[in-house]
Amino acid sequence: MIINHPLLGPRDSAEFTYLGDARLIDRPDWQSQTAARDFYEYGYLRENPAGWHEELWFHEAGDRSWLVVTRNTVTHEISKVEMARDVARKRGRST
Amino acid sequence: MRYSGLRVIKEALTGHKGWQPAWRDPEPQAAYDIVIIGGGGHGLATAYYLAKEFGQKRIAVLEKGWIGGGNVGRNTTIIRSNYLLDGNEPFYEFSLKLWEGLEQDFNYNAMISQRGILNLIHSDAQRDAFTRRGNAMILNGADAEMLSTEQIKARYPFLNTDDARFPIKGGLAQHRGGTVRHDAVAWGYARGADSHGVDIIQNCEVTGFRIANGKCTGVETTRGFIGAGKVGCAVAGSSSRLMSHAGMRLPMESHVLQAFVSEGLKPVLPGVITFGAGHFYCSQSDKGGLVFGGDIDGYNSYAQRGNLPVVEDVCEGGMAIFPSFGRARLLRMWGGIMDMSMDGSPIIDRTETEGLYFNGGWCYGGFKATPASGYCFAHLLAKDAPHPTATAYRFDRFEKGRMIDEKGMGNQPNLH
Repeated sequence: MIINHPLLGPRDSAEFTYLGDARLIDRPDWQSQTAARDFYEYGYLRENPAGWHEELWFHEAGDRSWLVVTRNTVTHEISKVEMARDVARKRGRST
Repeated sequence: MRYSGLRVIKEALTGHKGWQPAWRDPEPQAAYDIVIIGGGGHGLATAYYLAKEFGQKRIAVLEKGWIGGGNVGRNTTIIRSNYLLDGNEPFYEFSLKLWEGLEQDFNYNAMISQRGILNLIHSDAQRDAFTRRGNAMILNGADAEMLSTEQIKARYPFLNTDDARFPIKGGLAQHRGGTVRHDAVAWGYARGADSHGVDIIQNCEVTGFRIANGKCTGVETTRGFIGAGKVGCAVAGSSSRLMSHAGMRLPMESHVLQAFVSEGLKPVLPGVITFGAGHFYCSQSDKGGLVFGGDIDGYNSYAQRGNLPVVEDVCEGGMAIFPSFGRARLLRMWGGIMDMSMDGSPIIDRTETEGLYFNGGWCYGGFKATPASGYCFAHLLAKDAPHPTATAYRFDRFEKGRMIDEKGMGNQPNLH
C-alpha cells in the first residue's frame, strides 16, 4: 500500500506502524460520571467495519508524524490522508 | 454409512458404485430449536457435539457460502496445547485430547499426525519463559519437554546449532502436538452432524436477527426467515459484521493473516518447528509442501489477501532458521480474516440478548481449538452454563480487568 503523506508525498506503508481506529483521538472525560464505562468502551470496543475506516498510522521510519488515513478495509483503497494533529485540533482535542 | 477398510475393499471390487454423499443438502425448515451461524470448523463441531453429546434435536447450521470455505480451509493445520495461562491451557489441552480421539469418534480420516512441535530457544530469557510455560503445561496435564541443544542436534540434524546468526540454545517440545488434514476436519464434522440429523444449509447468508423484547427469536437469511429457540454465532473473521446486526460492538478487529506452501519436496522436516528470534513456523504436509506462516499484516482488513512486506518478513525468518528452504519455490499463498481480540484470547459466551450466543475472537489460533470450541459452545448452548474449561472466555472480562493476555501486549489487537 502507498500512503500519500500530506507533507512528504507518497510513501510505502512499510514505513509506518498501525495503531487502529481514529476514534482513539476522542479520549473520554475522566471526570465524567460514566468514566469507567466510557474508558472501557474507548479501550476495548471497536466498530471494525468492512468498508471505509478512519485509522491512525505512525510514520515511524519517516518524519514520525501521526496520520489519520481513511482506508477501505475490503479493497485497501485509500481516499484521504490527514495529519492527526489537524484532525485532533478540529475536534478540540489539541492546541 | 460407516467408513472402514473393509468398505474400501468392497467398493473397490464393485466399481465404487455404493458411495453416498457425505451429507444431505436439505431445504431450510421454518424453525429449529438451535441455529448455528457459520459452517466452518467451529460451527460444524458445535452442531456435531450438540446432537451427539448433548442430545439436542432440530439443529441447523447456516453457511453463507460452502462449508469449510473460510478459515478452516485457510490455516497452517497445527494442533498443540502449549499455552501458559490458566484461562487458556486447560481448554487447549481438552482440545488436544479431543483431537486424539476425533477420527474414531466421527469415523472420518482427518489424517491427524502427532509429529510433535518444537519451539526453539535463542536466549537465556527465552529459556526462562519457555521453562515456565512448560511447567504450566505439565501442571494442566499436558506434555512438555525442554530439549538441550545436543538433543535438538540429534533429532533435527539439519538445524544449524553451531554458528547461526541467532544461536539455538534449546527448545520446548510438545510431542503430542502435530498437524491435521484441515479440510477433512470440516468434512468429518459435517458428515457426523448430518448423520445425527443436523440440517447443513449452504448458500444461506444471515442478514439480520429478529429480536423482540430483548429475546432473539430467529434469523433473517437470504433464504427467508428461520425461527430459532437459540442462535449460536461462530463466524470468526466476520464476527463484528454479523453481531452489528444485533446492535453489538465487539472487543476485536479483523486482520488478515497470510500463509504459504512451497512446491512438494521429499520428506525434509519432521514435525512442526517455530523460530524463536522472529515470527516464523513451518511444517511439511503429507503431500510434501512446506507449510509456513508468520505475522499478521497488522492493519484492519476484510480482504482475503495480504501485502508483500509481510511476505518478505516471513521469508526472512524462514531463511534465518532454514537456509536450505531458500531453494524451494513458493507454490501458493493465501490470506484469511482473523477476529483479533483485545487480549489475544477467544470469547465463548452469552450475549445481552436472550437466546443469542457468541463464539469468536480466535485470533490466529482457532484451528487447534476446533474440537474444544465446538464442544464448549455446545455445552453453553445446551446447558446455558459454560464448560469447566471455558469459564474465562467471557465478554465482560475486559470491563472487569480479567484479560487472558498470553503475550502481555495489552489492548492492541495487531500485536497479539
